[in-house]
Formats: sequence, C-alpha cells, structure tokens
Amino acid sequence: MDYCPHTKEDIAQMQAFIGINSIEELFADIPEKFRLQQIPDMSPALSEQETVALMKMIAGRNKLPRLTFTGAGAYAHYIPAVVSHLIGRAEFYTAYTPYQAEISQGILQAIYEYQTMIARLTGMEIANASMYDGASAMAEAAVLCGKMSGRAKILIARSVHPEYRRVVQTYAWANGYGVQEIPFAASGQLDMGNLYNCLDENVAAVLMQSPNFFGCIEDVTSVANAAHAGGAFLISGFTDGTSLGILKPAGDCGADFVVGEGQSFGNPLNYGGPYLGIFAAREKYMRRIPGRLVGATVDKKGRRGFVLTLQTREQHIRREKATSNICSNESLCALAAGVYLAALGKNLRKLSLLNIYKTQCLKARLLQLPGWKTVFSAPVYNEFAVICPNSWDINKKLENEGVIGGYELTKDYPELGSSLLFCVTELVSKNDIDHICRILK
Amino acid sequence: MKLIFELSKTGRAAADIPQSDIPETDIASFIDTKYLRDNLDLPEVSESDLVRHYTNLSRRNFGVDLGFYPLGSCTMKYNPKINESVAAFPEFTSLHPYAPEAFAQGNLQLLHTMQRILCNIFGMVEFTLQPAAGAHGELTGVMMIKKYFEQKGENRRIILIPDTAHGTNPASGALCGFETVTLRSNNKGGVDLEHLAELMGEEVAALMLTNPNTLGLFERNIEKVAQIVHNKGGLLYGDGANANAFLGKTRPGDLGFDVIQLNLHKTFSTPHGGGGPGSGPVGVGPRLVDFLPVPRIIRKGQELCWSDNFPHTIGRVRAFYGNFNVIVKACTYIMSLGAKGLVRAAEIAVLNANYIKEKLKPYYDLPYDRVCMHECVFSGRRQEAESGVHTTDIAKRLIDFGYHPPTIYFPLIVPEAIMIEPTETESKETLDEFCNAMIAIAKEAKECPQRLKGAPLSTSVARLDEVLAARKPDVVWKKA
Repeated sequence: MDYCPHTKEDIAQMQAFIGINSIEELFADIPEKFRLQQIPDMSPALSEQETVALMKMIAGRNKLPRLTFTGAGAYAHYIPAVVSHLIGRAEFYTAYTPYQAEISQGILQAIYEYQTMIARLTGMEIANASMYDGASAMAEAAVLCGKMSGRAKILIARSVHPEYRRVVQTYAWANGYGVQEIPFAASGQLDMGNLYNCLDENVAAVLMQSPNFFGCIEDVTSVANAAHAGGAFLISGFTDGTSLGILKPAGDCGADFVVGEGQSFGNPLNYGGPYLGIFAAREKYMRRIPGRLVGATVDKKGRRGFVLTLQTREQHIRREKATSNICSNESLCALAAGVYLAALGKNLRKLSLLNIYKTQCLKARLLQLPGWKTVFSAPVYNEFAVICPNSWDINKKLENEGVIGGYELTKDYPELGSSLLFCVTELVSKNDIDHICRILK
Repeated sequence: MKLIFELSKTGRAAADIPQSDIPETDIASFIDTKYLRDNLDLPEVSESDLVRHYTNLSRRNFGVDLGFYPLGSCTMKYNPKINESVAAFPEFTSLHPYAPEAFAQGNLQLLHTMQRILCNIFGMVEFTLQPAAGAHGELTGVMMIKKYFEQKGENRRIILIPDTAHGTNPASGALCGFETVTLRSNNKGGVDLEHLAELMGEEVAALMLTNPNTLGLFERNIEKVAQIVHNKGGLLYGDGANANAFLGKTRPGDLGFDVIQLNLHKTFSTPHGGGGPGSGPVGVGPRLVDFLPVPRIIRKGQELCWSDNFPHTIGRVRAFYGNFNVIVKACTYIMSLGAKGLVRAAEIAVLNANYIKEKLKPYYDLPYDRVCMHECVFSGRRQEAESGVHTTDIAKRLIDFGYHPPTIYFPLIVPEAIMIEPTETESKETLDEFCNAMIAIAKEAKECPQRLKGAPLSTSVARLDEVLAARKPDVVWKKA
C-alpha cells in the first residue's frame, strides 16, 4: 500500500503537461553515478492485513508484566478514557505547528490552557508549550543559566535522575560548561554543607529534583536560598508529576526554573517516549527561555484569539542568536497533559494521597522481610529505596512471576550496595502488595 | 470560545479516583506539612463539559485529514490510520522503559530493524533513533562533529551554512559553541563553489547542507561540494528534512555525507500532533560511528539489549531511548510501502511538485525556473509590485478557499516567498483545484486587493494582533 492516488492516466496527463516523457527525467539533477537502482535488502510492499500480522508478531515478542514496581522517571498511572478520545481527534493530531493562527485556534488555545495549568501547578509565573522530555528540559535550562550569568559551572545534585545528569553533562560539554555533582546526605536529600562549599562565583546554576530520584522530598527553599546567596540560579525538577497534587511546588520555594517530565499526566509509558518536558519560569526570563510560547491577543474585531508569540527568541527568526534550536516540541503530549489535568482537577490531590498511602503500605511490608532495611530518612512521595539481600536475585524472582520489581540502584550508585528503588502508584492494589510480599517471603 | 478555566465550577470533576483499599492515615504522619501545598488551582469541570470543550477546540483546527496542507519543507503527507492502530497495541504502549530486556524483545527488534532499514535507505553505517525531533537530531549530529575533532585534537570553530538553510541549522551549530558562517548560493540556487572553496579552511569543522535545498533543488555539484569539504579535513552534514524527494533514488551516504538527520514526522508519515511529537534519527558514516549517543542496541547471544559501553560516545541526549511510539508508526509505514512503494512516494511527490510549478508559473514569479524536487518556491513580488498585496495576504486568502497555506517568507533568499510542497498523497484533482484557487487569488489581487487584505473571512477569528501579543505577552491566564 503506498497511499498515492495516481492512476496511470493521471501520471500520463501530468507528464504531458510538464513536458516530460518519464518521471525519471525529473531526477536528472542527481549525478548518474550516484543513482540508485533499488533500495538494498528491503522487503516488498505489504497489504494492510499483512502489515498488521507482521507488527502483531513483533509486538508479540514483548512480554507484558502483571505488575510494574519500577518508576525511576517514567510512571504507570491510570489514564481516563477521555484523554485518548480527545487527543485522537484528527483535527489535532494531523496538524503541523500552528504557524497559521486563524486555522489553528484549537491547538493554540489548548496549549495556552496547558501553559496556565503548568504555571499554577509548578508555582511559577509562566510555562512554555513543552520541551522534548524532562531531561532535555533540565539541560536546556542549565545552558540558559550559563548564558544569562556568564558563569561556566553547573552544580547538580547526585540525587537527580542518573540519565538526566548524563544529558546535562552532554549539553554542558557542548557549550563549554563544567558540571560538578553535589552528594546526598544520610537523609537522601542534597548535602547542604557540601553545596555551600561548592558555591563560588563560577556557579551558574544549582540543579535538583524534588521528589528526587530516590523518591525523597527535598528542602527546596533552603537550596534556593543557598543558590541565590551565591549568585546562582536554582533549577528544580521533579520525578513523578502527580506529586505536584500535594507537594509544595518549587516555584513557591524560590526556584527560578521548574523543569520536569510531564509523562505522568495522561501519557502512556510507551517504552520511554514520546513524553513531554515541562518548562516553567519566572516571568522576568520570558524573553530568554527556549521553546514555543502561545500568547493571547485579539483579532481586528476585538475577539480573543491565540498566536505563537515572542518568536524573536526562536531559531527561525534569530538563527544562530536564538536562545535554543528547538522547533518541534511535544504538542500532542502537552495536549494530553492538559486534558488529563482538566479531567482530574482538584482530584489530583486525592490521587497523590492514594499514591502515598499505597507506597507507605508496601514500604512497611517490605521492611518486615529479613535483611531488608530502609536507606534514607527523608519523607518520600511514591518511591523509596531499600537495602536488601541480593537485589538481582529478588528482581529475578519477581520477573519469574511476571512482575517488574524495583530499579536496581547499584549500577548508578555503587556506594549504596545491593539496593532497589520501588515505586507504587494507584494502579497497585492491596492484593498486589500482598502478592509480591508472598513471592519475596 | 470560553477557556476551560471559565467553565470551572467548584465541586465538579471529570475523572474520579478509586477509594483507597488501604487505611487512610493523616498525611502529616508521613510528610512534614512544610512540604505540602495549600492550594491547587486546576479547572473543575464535568466530563461532558470537558469533552465538548476539547471537541469544539478541535473544530477550530486544521489537519491533513481535513484537506490539502502544502506547507513547504514540512512534508504534510497523509498519516495512514493503520500506523495509529499498530502504535496503539498494548504491547507497544504499556511497557516501562526499564522493563527487563527479556520483556522488551519485540520493542528492541523493532528498533533494531528500523536502524537497519534506515541504513539501507540512506546508505549510512549506523543510525541512532534517540533524538526527539529534527532539530534535536541536528544538535546530536553537530555534537558528534565536535567530539570527532576534539578526539583528533583539532580546534575547528566554524560551521558553514548556506543562505538557504533552515533556521535550526545555525541555532544547532551555535548551541554547540560553533561560530556559523553563511555560504552563498549561486544564481541557479545551488552552492556557490568558489565561495565554498574560499571559506573552507582548517578551522572549518563542517558544512551543513540541506539537499535538496529549501528551494526544492537538488545540488548538482554535490560531488565537488563533498570533495572541497573533505579535502580540507571537514565533515559534510546533511539536513534530511527533505528526504522525501529522493527515497530509493540516491543515498546521502553514497553522496559523501558523513552524518544526516531525518524527520520521521515528515518523510515517514507519522502525524505531527500540532507541533510534535516528532522523531529525528541520525545516521552516520564510518568517521562518526564511535561518537553516537548511548545507549545503543547490541546483540548478546539470541537477545538484543542496551549498552552504554562506548567510550567515545557524546553521551546521552535525552532520557530513555527515543520517541519509541513514533518510531513504531514510521516502521509500520515503511513495511506497508516496501522497497517499491518508497520509490514511488518520492517519484509522485516530485511529479506533483513539478506539476504545480508548471501550472502556477504563468501567474506567480518563479525565481529559480528549473526542474524542482519535492517542492517549488514562488515569489509574490509581482503581486506586491502590481497591487500592494503581500504573500501573507495570499496565504490568508487561501484559507477561505479551504486550504492550509504553504510555507511563506522562507527561504529567506526569495522575497515574498511561497513554498509549496504537495507530497505524493494528493491526487491530480486536488492539485488542479488548489492551482485554480491560487490562480483565482492572483486575479483577485489585481481586481480586488482589499479582499485579500481582509482575509480570512471564514474562520472563527480574523487576523490576530501579533504585535500586541509580543508587546504585552499574556502566556498564562489570570482571573480578571
């Protein structure tokens, strides 16, 4: 199936109109020696039925778990049915970036509403239309702080997601900035003493997450005060976005930028993507931040309408002087997030509480097992770290029962020894908790 | 239309939360209240209000499923429904990225197959599927170039970029600390070889070339271009945004490109979602393989798995592995079309563009009158000179005829540019009707320019005050 509607007669008529005898003539600019006769090693066309059968076969090689207890930056949440129905409207998903505002009011207004919800949720004054994911949002925020401050060092908490730290490292290297890690204290929170020692006049920004990678809630206010006293920006992220239903947002704690992964809001796990990067900021940085911004305005009859605005920050106008090179973002994922947040409304707080109760239940139960110990003393949201006898064996045992266990912390934090990071969301029932405790007994 | 916040009424919700099957406890016993928020200001709406709100918003949006969308350089071809159905298989949507590899062999096979297929189509040695969009792919490619010279101990600080390039190219170079220098086009719309030879020195890391370029023209001198760059030790970067033009006709790897990025949401039919998600795979030749981002897929016995163990890698460019679900759609598309279907897509895309070019040539200025590839670029300067009508007026008037306007005012080297990319999935009838509309508008421009300046008349809002939007930015709604 090739989706070209052209009949032989159509092609003949079009060739005649153009004045050519064969379509080949249109490719004459490609030097003969580089012309390809056929794509090597490619299978022939398939009918729709055959395509589905092939893709089903590939999909069938996956094994779906009965339960997932891994979070670590991607979270299994229930997605209300309205979300897929609404973002499945072809008027939304088959559109390009809304360059022509008059016929794009739907996505423009929806993104304006998304920006508003994100700003309120993060306690910030403004938010953009989304970045690629939480990690790249954090990295772009770090680069921006480097540029704005003229300082070349980034401090990042070791309790930030290991992959986010690597992404920040990559972006920082490309821009000539150094990155230094701030260790965590026994509580699992950022080591404040160490932070004070590292803050000098070269530090552009301090990067953290709360809840952090270990699920621990950080004292963002203290970190913000320290960063600001050293003349640095504070970029604060979060792990599971649903935590914002109950936790005080970083914006209310003095952060200059709040960045994070928005997948938890109505986007399926999808084996890691597409997700969406949340990027919120203080209003005074509006003209410097990366990414698209939708703004409200009026038409000539005074009716409210929406446009992509402040495009003079962007690559297609500013070219090499742009604040970022980002062009396509994750609009449809942001739309899903907007629909999800509007669907839940104040029930987001109830959802957060449910996550906390269930997490505390599993934590208490696991700590009753012989040899299992808690790692950190700080309060947690829906993830917690435990030290356990042979984490690899434990996960294998669970896998054999079709359960994805905790994230193995050892590979990124050898200093913790045999340890697992468990995540519990509303999808896990008390029976499920009983079930895995039985397996592990 | 009202905002969702203006529909809000305390006490409503469209999504309910199950009762806890675990005894509820005072939250303060787990988390100190100093860490808790005291307000949560989200809209409170019923499910029917929510559905009507977003459904009505969708009716104010134009997508490929509604009509012709000839947005140049964006390759807005039809998005096959089967791709959506396959991508919605629970096996693809519900797996956690850190699921043990034994659970994810289907996903890994799909990604691995996709890498191999892209290598075959584009003649590259290896592909990474990680970048989330075209510009992210560019950034990844430029980072690899930077690493390559760092490794060789060469300090090359300049990247050459033709004046026809996408705006993302110079921004991608700058985001990696490179200085960008503009390379002139010749009067045929190709690279000015003399200017290239003059600029190309030991301090130049790479030339970023879009081929076919944004005028829709294939670089005839590509072999010489590659020679000039390579002879001075530089690398040739290919912006593959326009790859739909040459599928199965030629391969960037054979043409001498060291690195290219693709846009699956353009060439391989995945929907663009009103501004993303896209997917921007990057292919490399032998010089850059070692620098690909991690993780990469390797084979261990019968199993495929992820590996970070590549010492010269640039590192990670995002979390996890890429926009996996978008890649599923593109893979489904490639499997459906097969070898011949891909070639036919390129052929018909180019045929369609040349047909439009010939049909509209008498009515609009065509600054580079030669065979084009997948898109053609007109100029509205005749209409501007004759009746003071601008390209933007022509574009807005097209909306009243039921079309999404072409890309306008780009490329920058064409004044009043009108860049039309029909794609292969549009029929001759659609092209004829569109051309009739363009011809009618050219006539209106002479006879009734005010009608163009007042357009569009058929939309929910008229032209919007962009100056006001930028002068007094309102990007977050506040209660009056």
